Amino acid sequence: MHFDWPFFWHYLLAPSTTYLNGLMLTLVLSVVSQILGTIIGLFAALGRISGIGPIPYLVRFYIWAMRGTPLLVQIVFIYTGLAAANILRFHDIDLGLVVVPGNVQAGILALSLNEGAYMAEIIRAGIASVDPGQTEAAKSLGMGYGLLMRRIILPQAARFILPPLGNEFNAMLKNSTLVSVIGVQELLLTTETLTSATFRVFELYSVVALYYLTLTTLWGLVQGRIEARFNRSETREVVPGFGTRFFGTRLVRALRRG
Amino acid sequence: MTQMRGDILESIGGLPQPDTDEVVRAENVHKWFGPLHVLNDVSMTVRRGETVVVIGPSGSGKTTFVRCLNHLERIQEGRILVNGHLIGYRERRGKLVEDRGRNIARQRREIGMVFQRFNLFHHMTALGNICEAPVRVLGMPETQAKDAARSLLARVGLADKAEAFPGQLSGGQQQRVAIARALAMRPRLMLFDEPTSALDPEMIGEVLEVMRELAHEGMTMVVVSHEMGFAREVADRVVMMDHGQIIEEGPPAQLFGQPQHERTRLFLSKIL
Repeated sequence: MHFDWPFFWHYLLAPSTTYLNGLMLTLVLSVVSQILGTIIGLFAALGRISGIGPIPYLVRFYIWAMRGTPLLVQIVFIYTGLAAANILRFHDIDLGLVVVPGNVQAGILALSLNEGAYMAEIIRAGIASVDPGQTEAAKSLGMGYGLLMRRIILPQAARFILPPLGNEFNAMLKNSTLVSVIGVQELLLTTETLTSATFRVFELYSVVALYYLTLTTLWGLVQGRIEARFNRSETREVVPGFGTRFFGTRLVRALRRG
Repeated sequence: MTQMRGDILESIGGLPQPDTDEVVRAENVHKWFGPLHVLNDVSMTVRRGETVVVIGPSGSGKTTFVRCLNHLERIQEGRILVNGHLIGYRERRGKLVEDRGRNIARQRREIGMVFQRFNLFHHMTALGNICEAPVRVLGMPETQAKDAARSLLARVGLADKAEAFPGQLSGGQQQRVAIARALAMRPRLMLFDEPTSALDPEMIGEVLEVMRELAHEGMTMVVVSHEMGFAREVADRVVMMDHGQIIEEGPPAQLFGQPQHERTRLFLSKIL
């Protein structure tokens, strides 16, 4: 076995600008898609429990389609598929300071739509976990639907939503690698480009693995702090340990409950 | 015992006056849960300043009935007027149709409700619980709402618990916060749905004491309760329900002293 240690350390500790750009793009893709996915998920969850006409059925169809097809297929379908069928082409958008390339837009759209389906189920389960007595009390005080959701239900549902949301973002950081197939120069594609120039696959993939491991670990710490804050008022409740969050048993439980 | 000061309603600028003498008027109310006829032709009026205690065995429909009074439950027949207005429904071409959510919410502002399981907002302090609706629903300035809330808390004996979360309070304390929360909206009518049934025996007294004080200050109240001592002492009228019907009603002395109906006698013999 040959492992070029100096090469490994160099790329790990003194990454090139190209590499850092890739890292940046991974972070932007993940954060933006998670935020958009959570917003989509919130409205989908509210739509699903609304009982208004066909809305719950449409939402269920969306969730079914998104969760039942591979994310990789969705990414290619949205970017390449729609363009090939002359339905939609993603053009670069000039935002003044930065230009957002078409494939980045398509990548964010695919990741967000996919994430929205999972978040919809998580948020729905979270809302369902709040004691119905809270709704009744809020109604009896004359609160309308908006106030009731915003001030009473969602803040309490957040305690149930945050642990699986943390796991979702952990997955998002890793799933964002899939948009490399439509040529988005995020961390993985940058690594791939480097390997084709240097042929140091083992070393470079060790480096990229460590980068993702660092991102997910840092996120785990952030997540722990956010959850501790939301658990403030529930003095009797035990804050789940780092291991529980990291390995995602709570996600499994939440999905089962959904 | 609780350190309570009198004049609870002084905190909210005195007794809120209903617009009509008949604060509640229920006419031939019917309700079904599937095949179950939970309310069968219930008619009842509650006059300004009256305290009516509704008693009856479990499953008699008494809880369902008070929940209909602020439209937490739909009714299928009959009509209910609170403070002179049809609640939950409006008349369209001689038929009753369910009102818009916004209108129902508006009507509920004037009706306070206290629940068996307190239902305090767990993510808010006692003070936050009380201020929430006056600030968000009525648009009261926050400082004014907080002053009123602190005053209310003091008068139900919880001056030192303003910053406590519900999870840090005993059942009796939570229920007193819940009463203060309902009062902060200056309700014309207070509904109590078995307010002491979830409490440990030693905490029942402190909650009943607050309710007794409210009744004395002239609040119009409908109370579903198993506390016969409270009913005897505080109620202007006691209503006995069974199988979704009002069996009999009257002043407590009469209803407890010479019950007219066999079922009332039987129920009272079991509970007293």
